[in-house]
Amino acid sequence: MTALLDIRGLKAEIDGRQILNGLDLTVNKGEIHAIMGPNGAGKSTLSYVLSGKPGYEITGGEVSFNGEDLLAMDPDERAAQGLFLAFQYPLEIPGVATLTFLRTALNAQRKKRGEDELSSPDVLKRVRDLAKQLSIEPEMLKRPLNVGFSGGEKKRNETLQMALLEPKLCVLDETDSGLDIDALRVVADGVNRLRAADRSMIVITHYQRLLDYIVPDVVHVLSAGRIVKTGGKELALELEATGYAQYQSEAA
Amino acid sequence: MNAELRPVKTAAEIGLADLFAAVRKDLPGGSSIEAIRSDAFDRFAAQGLPNSRVEAWRCTDLRRLVQDAKPLARRPDAAAKTAAGGAGAVFAGLHIRRLLIVDGAFVPELSDLAALEAGVAIRATVEALRREEMVLPFGMAGADPVAALNTALAGDGVVITVAADVVVERPIHLVFVTTGAAPAAMFTRSRLELGHGASLTLIETHEGPDHSDYQVNAALQMDVGDKASLDHIKITSEGAAALHIATLEASIGVGANYREFGFTTGGAVVRNQLFLRLAGEGTIASVHQASLLSGRQHADTTLTVDHAAAGSQSREVFKAVVDDEARAVFQGRITVQPGAQQTDARMMARALLLSDEAVASCKPELEIFADDVQCGHGTTTGALDDQLKFYLMARGIPEKEAEALLIQAFVGEVIDAVAREDLRDALSRTMHDWLKGRE
Ligand SMILES: Nc1ncnc2c1ncn2[C@@H]1O[C@H](COP(=O)(O)OP(=O)(O)OP(=O)(O)O)[C@@H](O)[C@H]1O
Ligand SMILES: [Mg+2]
Repeated sequence: MTALLDIRGLKAEIDGRQILNGLDLTVNKGEIHAIMGPNGAGKSTLSYVLSGKPGYEITGGEVSFNGEDLLAMDPDERAAQGLFLAFQYPLEIPGVATLTFLRTALNAQRKKRGEDELSSPDVLKRVRDLAKQLSIEPEMLKRPLNVGFSGGEKKRNETLQMALLEPKLCVLDETDSGLDIDALRVVADGVNRLRAADRSMIVITHYQRLLDYIVPDVVHVLSAGRIVKTGGKELALELEATGYAQYQSEAA
Repeated sequence: MNAELRPVKTAAEIGLADLFAAVRKDLPGGSSIEAIRSDAFDRFAAQGLPNSRVEAWRCTDLRRLVQDAKPLARRPDAAAKTAAGGAGAVFAGLHIRRLLIVDGAFVPELSDLAALEAGVAIRATVEALRREEMVLPFGMAGADPVAALNTALAGDGVVITVAADVVVERPIHLVFVTTGAAPAAMFTRSRLELGHGASLTLIETHEGPDHSDYQVNAALQMDVGDKASLDHIKITSEGAAALHIATLEASIGVGANYREFGFTTGGAVVRNQLFLRLAGEGTIASVHQASLLSGRQHADTTLTVDHAAAGSQSREVFKAVVDDEARAVFQGRITVQPGAQQTDARMMARALLLSDEAVASCKPELEIFADDVQCGHGTTTGALDDQLKFYLMARGIPEKEAEALLIQAFVGEVIDAVAREDLRDALSRTMHDWLKGRE
């Protein structure tokens, strides 16, 4: 197996506070990894550091993605290389129409990879098809990005972006939070359609329920900025029963 | 120098006095107009070029910014006319009546004067002045020194009249263009008289060469009749070294609808001063302006909106995108006169600073002498939102493109206020060009 993502001893801080404390994680091609862990453990921080959000200082370790130094790339480069983060809290961008945003993003990535840019009608067709699969009203695509979208609509929109951009590694940060039961199924189906031999996923969640739909190959517990336990999908069930108390004390 | 003038201090002020003394006899208009000009120049000379101690010019110290007086531009020769032909390209290809004002002179042979709509008349300002058929003094703008200077030195321009109830479908575009390398001064005066219930879209663009520090003092007076409808669009994209001062004075009738749109991208020093008077019942005016500035540009928009009687409404939205060491100034004053009840006025100024050296100065003011009104104003100044930028970049959009999207989103609200789609598209293209220049 070849590692798509290889994180070694990653340490990161924000505003002088260390959040990631020597984190190791290897994700092979085609694998689905779930990351669970208590609030404030550093799960979102990990996803932000991977996608290159400014404000974090990397104080140790390295990350290779597809054999390349991920931390040396700008966020847009990481995206073009195939990294996608579905945000825990997708942002609202007034004045930027959803469709314009999608087209700009898709073509920017294609351009950077040396591929032909797609025409507006082509993009529109792809987006419409995906929107239908994800039960997104076509009217929403004309609205400014995420503005006035409900929590669930925002998460669906993240899933739509992911499906359109066809990344190599999807990092889903609590994509299930804020979704009702039907929406959860729609989103999970959308994610499952993206499962492929050359596509990996990191699914961050608090709930075993999502993992019933998106069945992981590996489950990790992240606590106090490190992976403290790794197991199979049964680990998620175990955590549901026992909680994180033992790992928190262990990490402390 | 004229002995009646008070002593002037700066080289520019001395130069202007010399200029006026030299050309006054040759300026268009008979003896009554000449008297008006002399009076106006005396008023200018008494105040001199405004400096920062003059409240309305607080942020634009002309005494410092204007180094010298330029000679009046010569009437355009064949070469100048050829050079001017392609001006106003922003709106090329649209069904618009183009009127060219080259180096301050209206050029009928370059203008589209064929098949004038019934009830529409267009002529040169010099003609109107020679026949003494044009009112030269300002009303609301009368106290302003550079408006007075315009009255003193006004040469040419265009006078447009639209008869009552005439709906002019085809927009009229005043294409002001400066040609030639020798820096010159142009004092233009134009006038629009829009009859009762008439309707018009009037566009103004101002442009010129980058390598010449020419000076434009352009004035436009508009008389918008009762129940008339006017869209006025002004694009200031002067050359990089130019000084551009524009005075707009509009008297807007009862039940009239007036939409003002301004876009400033070019010029070293730009001052757009607008004086609007809303007559009262049912008068609706909106002003949307955007300035996109870079380098060391300085652009000042100073707006006075006077709600003269009861029942009128105004909306002002000003946006500035300021890069490098540029400076954007917005001063807006809404005055509600005694008795102007049920006035509904709102003013918003927002600046987006793209560099640490960029400066925006916003000063909205309300002066309310009536008690039953709804008035408000607000200002915001800030940088691009890093979080939003990161979100866009995380989707693969490069930094400059992400910034461009956010800037477009910021300015978009103003452009959306332009009613006609073809004009809106043209303005969007202008904005894109500006953004391209940042890449
Ligand atoms: N700017 C900041 N300055 C200081 N501490 C911060 C900053 N941003 C985040 N943190 C802290 O970093 C820690 C990790 O936050 P993170 O969002 O990664 O947690 P999480 O595991 O995703 O939690 P949750 O399950 O609640 O989403 C938290 O204690 C948080 O308060
Ligand atoms: Mg989180």
